[in-house]
Amino acid sequence: MIEGALWRKWVFYNIPLILFVFVLLFPFYWMIITTFRPDGELYRPWNAANYMPFWTNNPTIEHIQYLFEETNFGRWMMNTMFIATVSTLISLFCGVLAGYALARLNFPYAGSLGTVIFITYLVPQTLLFIPLAQIIRNFELGDTPWSLILTYPTFLIPFCTWLMMGYFKAIPKELEECARIDGASRWKAMVYIIIPVAVPGILSSGIIAFTLSWNEFIYALVFLSSPDQKTVPVGVTSELIRGDVFFWGPLMAGALLGSIPVAIVYSFFVEHYVSGLTGSVKG
Amino acid sequence: MAEVTLRKINKKFDANHVVKDVDLEIRDKEFMVFVGPSGCGKTTTLRMIAGLEAITSGEIRIGSTVVNEVPPMDRDIAMVFQNYALYPHMSVASNLAFGLKMRKFEKSEIAQRINRAAAILGIENLLERKPRQLSGGQRQRVALGRAIVRDPAVFLFDEPLSNLDAKLRVQMRVELKKLHERLAVTSVYVTHDQVEAMTLGDRVVVMKDGLVQQVGEPLELYNQPANRFVAGFIGSPAMNFADVTLNDAGGRAVAEAPGLKIVLPGELAARARAKMNGADTKATLGIRPEDIHIASAADSSDHCLEAEVEVVEQLGSEILLDTRVGQALVVASIDPNVRVRTHDKLKLALNPERLHLFDPQTEMAI
Repeated sequence: MIEGALWRKWVFYNIPLILFVFVLLFPFYWMIITTFRPDGELYRPWNAANYMPFWTNNPTIEHIQYLFEETNFGRWMMNTMFIATVSTLISLFCGVLAGYALARLNFPYAGSLGTVIFITYLVPQTLLFIPLAQIIRNFELGDTPWSLILTYPTFLIPFCTWLMMGYFKAIPKELEECARIDGASRWKAMVYIIIPVAVPGILSSGIIAFTLSWNEFIYALVFLSSPDQKTVPVGVTSELIRGDVFFWGPLMAGALLGSIPVAIVYSFFVEHYVSGLTGSVKG
Repeated sequence: MAEVTLRKINKKFDANHVVKDVDLEIRDKEFMVFVGPSGCGKTTTLRMIAGLEAITSGEIRIGSTVVNEVPPMDRDIAMVFQNYALYPHMSVASNLAFGLKMRKFEKSEIAQRINRAAAILGIENLLERKPRQLSGGQRQRVALGRAIVRDPAVFLFDEPLSNLDAKLRVQMRVELKKLHERLAVTSVYVTHDQVEAMTLGDRVVVMKDGLVQQVGEPLELYNQPANRFVAGFIGSPAMNFADVTLNDAGGRAVAEAPGLKIVLPGELAARARAKMNGADTKATLGIRPEDIHIASAADSSDHCLEAEVEVVEQLGSEILLDTRVGQALVVASIDPNVRVRTHDKLKLALNPERLHLFDPQTEMAI
């Protein structure tokens, strides 16, 4: 806390905090208000007498109805959920094992291998989708969920590996040594001791990986084409923006409903998530 | 029956030679303490016995088996770590049970052993708690318990008391000693604290720079240190050293330095004479603070010296005097009832039977 006069506290603490919170939360507020605002209000000119951008007196669920009745939104949600879950699980499985190996097994070039894995994470997706598109075509996976389930790990695995490597390094070596003296093989020591202790780290990387694949846009846009295969971000933007006409109400309703699962996942694990990022392992 | 034998053990980390030709016989049921300054190779040696570090060359036997290639789990050892290494996600009972479960013990046997160990250590009421709900001393007990339940051939301790506060450390030291008497299991204990080494060890190994300096019973190390390092490391406050020259003065061997002239007593004189080559042979004279007292009429002037008091440290049970003798600084431990003040000039007497001489080049005892 800032000591001293009240004005100081306001200028250096309260006002910046309020501004920051406002900037962060306003888009969400805008999204919610637009979702429930009737079209008549949405497209009212700004100089009309009853123009009222920040509130509505006639809330409606017509946009949400439109979303479910006139588009494949439900299907998109299912697709996104399936793809994000499976690719997250694949990436976590690989990331935990690879992270453990890089942190604990002293094999030659472990350090440089770690760096190389990190570098692959830095290759922009906007370049990588070109060769990947070729691979997807050769395997005839285009326009199926597998085109994304197999390509998302290209950026999720390096991410999970790197995060888990850091987390495993923070776990005292003695825990494992003790387990091995106690009669556990390296594998059992990992399964019974190290992984349970690393649960906060695993949850953190799982949540972030899930969010990354939930929100992913480029690969989904390139690899999927039929309307019933699309994910939420691609479906909403391709079906609700026609030419230069933006269907603002359904768009925002799609964005709102699309962010709810991620919000639920975050709030559910928030405690583990924080302790995972701060890497607190108490002996 | 489990003696531990080390033959010509070497450990190199790349170019770093941290343990050099260690030869050691640890007897069955013996409490052996490794002591030395940090980086002396004592922990590495312990970890090699545990199987957590591969040995570069040499041979380790536990009982009659060569264990060089045996993984830690099959060496029949238990280890207590400095940071306790309790499994944080498990209750105390599960921590104790883990080693037994891994070895596929019967449930009833596991429960029985846990209860026995918990009773020995007085942690029966903690069994359901998680490690983070325990104090430092309690964690230490659980770590000990985890070793006890296994009923191993050898206990290994890696500085187990150094994370405890001073008072608790003394208390746990006593308990460890009792525990060893009760269980009578071969134990290897690593510490940097010479008091722990002296009080706990049946025998003590002093190490420095990867080399064993001396192996012996605590009093042997205290009374007959093999070299200057051991002499300075064992005992608190540390032994005083002064650079002297050895001379023959009228048939008596004398150690001389500015402000100091000590006639060497019988046996030490004979050893000094054997070392002397002509006049002014250089040597290092050593005397422990507790072997110095304020001279009285009964003390022969042959082993007395004039000293000026620089600092008086009253400890209650004794007084430590930091004094200056010629150029040398000499610490003396004297009777707490004597009134001494800074800058007093005193006559101090040395106990001639307790003098030590060291070769200044090799640092070995003369």
